[in-house]
Amino acid sequence: MRESPLDIVDQEYRAGFTTDVEADTLPPGLDEGVVRYISEKKREPRWMVDWRLAAYRIWRGMAQPDWAHVHFPPIDFEAISYYSAPKSLQDGPKSLDEVDPELLRTYEKLGIPLHEQGALAGVAKAGNVAVDAVFDSVSIATTFKDKLKEAGVIFCPISEAVQEHPDLVQKYLGSVVPQRDNFYAALNCAVFSDGSFVYVPKGVRCPMELSTYFRINERNTGQFERTLIVADAGAYVSYLEGCTAPMRDENQLHAAVVELVALDDAEIKYSTVQNWYPGDQDGKGGIYNFVTKRGACLGRASKISWTQVETGSAITWKYPSVVLRGAGSVGEFYSVAMTNNRQQADTGTKMVHLGPDTRSTIISKGISAGRSQNSYRGLVRTSPAARGARNYTRCDSLLLGDTCGAHTFPYIENKSPSATVEHEATTSKVSDDQLFLCQQRGIDPEKAISMIVNGFCKDVFRELPMEFAVEAGKLLEVSLEGAVG
Amino acid sequence: MSLLQVDDLHAGVDGQAILKGLTLRMDAGEVHALMGPNGSGKSTLANVLAGRPGYEVTSGRLSFKGRPLDQEAPEVRAQAGLFMAFQYPVEIPGVSNMEFLKAAQDSHRKANGLGPESPVAFMQRVRTLTEGLALNPEFLKRGVNEGFSGGEKKRNEILQMLLLEPTLAVLDETDSGLDIDAMQTVASGVNRFRSANNGVLLITHYQRLLNHVVPDFVHVLADGRIVESGGKELAHALEERGYAWLTA
Ligand SMILES: Nc1ncnc2c1ncn2[C@@H]1O[C@H](COP(=O)(O)OP(=O)(O)OP(=O)(O)O)[C@@H](O)[C@H]1O
Ligand SMILES: [Mg+2]
Repeated sequence: MRESPLDIVDQEYRAGFTTDVEADTLPPGLDEGVVRYISEKKREPRWMVDWRLAAYRIWRGMAQPDWAHVHFPPIDFEAISYYSAPKSLQDGPKSLDEVDPELLRTYEKLGIPLHEQGALAGVAKAGNVAVDAVFDSVSIATTFKDKLKEAGVIFCPISEAVQEHPDLVQKYLGSVVPQRDNFYAALNCAVFSDGSFVYVPKGVRCPMELSTYFRINERNTGQFERTLIVADAGAYVSYLEGCTAPMRDENQLHAAVVELVALDDAEIKYSTVQNWYPGDQDGKGGIYNFVTKRGACLGRASKISWTQVETGSAITWKYPSVVLRGAGSVGEFYSVAMTNNRQQADTGTKMVHLGPDTRSTIISKGISAGRSQNSYRGLVRTSPAARGARNYTRCDSLLLGDTCGAHTFPYIENKSPSATVEHEATTSKVSDDQLFLCQQRGIDPEKAISMIVNGFCKDVFRELPMEFAVEAGKLLEVSLEGAVG
Repeated sequence: MSLLQVDDLHAGVDGQAILKGLTLRMDAGEVHALMGPNGSGKSTLANVLAGRPGYEVTSGRLSFKGRPLDQEAPEVRAQAGLFMAFQYPVEIPGVSNMEFLKAAQDSHRKANGLGPESPVAFMQRVRTLTEGLALNPEFLKRGVNEGFSGGEKKRNEILQMLLLEPTLAVLDETDSGLDIDAMQTVASGVNRFRSANNGVLLITHYQRLLNHVVPDFVHVLADGRIVESGGKELAHALEERGYAWLTA
């Protein structure tokens, strides 16, 4: 049995099928009425709809950013549908038994266990993983809710959290990524449909890995999910996010916002394995992945760690960041970004040191093949109050062939005289001599490349939860297909 | 058994003719030494045999264990038992030596319809071979040839040969750059390897190695052709007189 979101891949883009479920999909276009419609569908309280409308008005006055090293025709935001839900879920399933069997089969096909028994059978290998599955605009199932409840952990669709835990949501939503943060974030604030909410109370170590699995199904829909994770003082949580979409000729927009909040001594480990449909060899179709992810280390000695393996999407625009406010807090960013064919990635991080003795580590591995473009963009900023702050950045690029590009844009703004900021960067190429050595030892070139690339990524894979590290390696292998001539 | 048959081989690299009518035959159970001046084409022959991309056969015939080689991919030749120790082994950072050896052995076994060897048996075998070559076991954890000294890289090549047990081993100046002890270690590795079922083509500049690994035949390559062949005494003559008397 399959037990992780990444298992779906073996040869080509296996997740590229569509599911025939009757959907309730809003016609394309965006105005205040659409925002109100989404809010009504979710039976949101007044403060929520007001917040959305405020974001919508801010967004109207903003322009699409153009500073990233990516190129695409302007997006027509009027041609996108902002809400799509499987019809059978209109009133929300009360339990797994009520979920449309067609949907359950979709997740089965993808290897995501939504039956807790099924998941339990895989426990020995996969560890305990609770899953929240988001299908287009709605969350269709969250597993292991009861077991988590016992530990006091809240893990539910964010739409449910708005109803059940309004105080927590209202306190933290937008506290890390405000509505006006950037164009795509503002759009998300206005039209976000679903996503996950996590609250780990004081002193609790979350008893299992939490995971959200995002799936875009409907044509011409955008996915705008919103994730909010709060770790109260002394809490710990490890969270994994996986994503896939059908193969479609048009580009589809995915503009998520993820906010993390860590209080005193709390730790959040957030891992992403992003495998959205990347488009075909000639760059037709694929997901535009324009995502804002940011964590706030509010408490002293708190820690936020981002690990990402990015292999999918036609275009990736994403900078998981950490604001280090608490004294002695720690931010980490470990990234593997692989691009092939016509893919474009502009990704990196921001580490903003505000508190004294804050530390950050950035390890970025970019792999480019085909005619792809892969950029690392990173900012390290220290404020005058960040006495004794330290950053270490290492940024390595690996090129396969000579029609691809790798670029590094490091920005350092150091206002703290006692801070230490270190930056190392390398660019290397898989050489013909290395390939021939492998071949002479009987290893075929595909295997040789994947071995070399995996070796290159080791420092990052080490940071992934164990059960996903192997899968991440497999995923790279698939993305590398056709990278050797 | 005929191991290698090279008939009137013309070959070159990047459009430049280097081998110009080379003929060489080897049977199983034989060790042949190939000597000759710098630039005469020794490494080119090794690369042509191994099928390195960029090396082109323009005419002549080439067969290994009776089957023609011209169209086969390098990894297929390797899996069939053709091994080449590199004159200048490259580094592969990030890929550990152990992992590399495992992948190499797995691919050989797979070509012969076998699954991977049990990890414990594999590790024990590798450890034993490592010790036999006086290599620190720590080398197995490091990247392939990464930061190895020249002599360590050469011993690593022999380690790979002993592990993969090829039928034909072409050793391109594996003795160059070795200190006296390492030379003996490598020589005893080759002696342990040689058997009635396999062959060794030793490319070397020095008589010294041939005192330890005694060849059955010695050939002199000059300007792309074998200009002289003989027994082990030929190597002594070369040591004393150089190549001029053969190439004049
Ligand atoms: N890529 C290349 N392009 C052009 N000429 C080349 C190329 N590679 C090798 N040669 C030439 O081919 C000739 C034979 O080279 P080869 O390496 O086979 O010599 P060798 O006998 O092994 O020499 P040595 O004893 O120095 O190792 C040399 O003149 C060399 O410069
Ligand atoms: Mg040579």
